Amino acid sequence: MFKTLIIILLSSVFVDNYVLSRFLGICPFLGVSKKLDQATGMGIAVTAVMLLACAVTWPIQYFVLNALNMGYMQNIVFILVIAALVQMLELLLKKFSPSLHKGLGVYLPLITTNCAVLGVAINNINDGFTFIESIVSALGVGLGFLLAMVLFSGLRTRIHDANVPAPFRGLPVTLIAASFISLAFMGFGGIVENIFK
Amino acid sequence: MRKDSNLDVLTKGILKENPVLVLILGTCPTLATTGTVDGAVGMGLAALAVLLCSNVFISLLRNIIPETMRIPCYIVIIAGFVTIVKLFVQAYLPDLYATLGVYLDLITVNCIILGRAEMFASKNPVVKSALDGIGMGIGFTIALTAMAIVREVLGNATFAGNSIAFLEPYKISFLTKAPGGLLVYGLLIALVYVITKGKAPLKKSFSCAGCPNAATCHTACTEKGDEQ
Repeated sequence: MFKTLIIILLSSVFVDNYVLSRFLGICPFLGVSKKLDQATGMGIAVTAVMLLACAVTWPIQYFVLNALNMGYMQNIVFILVIAALVQMLELLLKKFSPSLHKGLGVYLPLITTNCAVLGVAINNINDGFTFIESIVSALGVGLGFLLAMVLFSGLRTRIHDANVPAPFRGLPVTLIAASFISLAFMGFGGIVENIFK
Repeated sequence: MRKDSNLDVLTKGILKENPVLVLILGTCPTLATTGTVDGAVGMGLAALAVLLCSNVFISLLRNIIPETMRIPCYIVIIAGFVTIVKLFVQAYLPDLYATLGVYLDLITVNCIILGRAEMFASKNPVVKSALDGIGMGIGFTIALTAMAIVREVLGNATFAGNSIAFLEPYKISFLTKAPGGLLVYGLLIALVYVITKGKAPLKKSFSCAGCPNAATCHTACTEKGDEQ
């Protein structure tokens, strides 16, 4: 039981990193990774929203949609629930913790239509995870996102000062740099399963 | 808003405002489904169908949907059409359904579709919105297919599943994996820059300006400084 949870956590952080090997959440990865503080803020906000979203969508799937035989409504219900959740979280933060809102709240509207959040909610259901497993998996995916953002923001400050040929300025060189980080993460493939042998 | 003829509206999505290579929208499916030509064409056509339907529908309802509630309304409409398309693919094209997997659901949050709803369909009549949807959808499909051809032919020495014998000893297998996707995408965008001699609005679209969420989030982009 405990072992399974550790494996889920580690593999969603390193092996199945959502940004670098499944390509979910590329937009914020490229858009908000220019500075370290922004990247960290976005990463933490995404982790929090993922945890909340999975904690809410799992019961909805099993106790509402499956009970009513309406599994095909998954997509519509999940995206609405996530959007409403993000809006509520922003309002609550604004009301009760303005300082936290200043740090994290600004990233929340960006997360509403983040495909990584919807992706992890749907994947947890598709993989047949239990409630605890899906929470752990959401935590792992969120931490993986944070890790990728932080690593990449460090790389980007270096690119910013580099002399890049004109056609590659801006996005192309960023994508190629992301490709190298992704290549590094490929090295984790197969490690996690073998740790506990 | 400048006056565009219907033909302009249809063709601008294909090259001049290609959603993937110029506007840089919908990067996630672009990278994820272009490992094989089949997957790329399927993804492109599925997105085309959703884009056409949602553009028409949102354009029909553009005077009814209240301004403040527009984004949730768009999302519900788009999610509805995605579900329809998904059920169709599941029933008639099970192979494609297996290839695309969760990415079929994720058309819901594809920036291209929400972006076109926000930028075009909510301001234009039905016929133009339909043409815009078709043009953007074709542009998306072409860009995805181009990327998939590069990745599959060079990476796996096959084309749409058919083996290409003389390339077999030279295949670069990492191109079909995740890093290859990012690399080929970067190279293609650089190529488009060279072809258009830098006229493509690359620099602007990279920041928040190209993001459909920009309308709902001023703070994250402007205050914290998104200078390139």
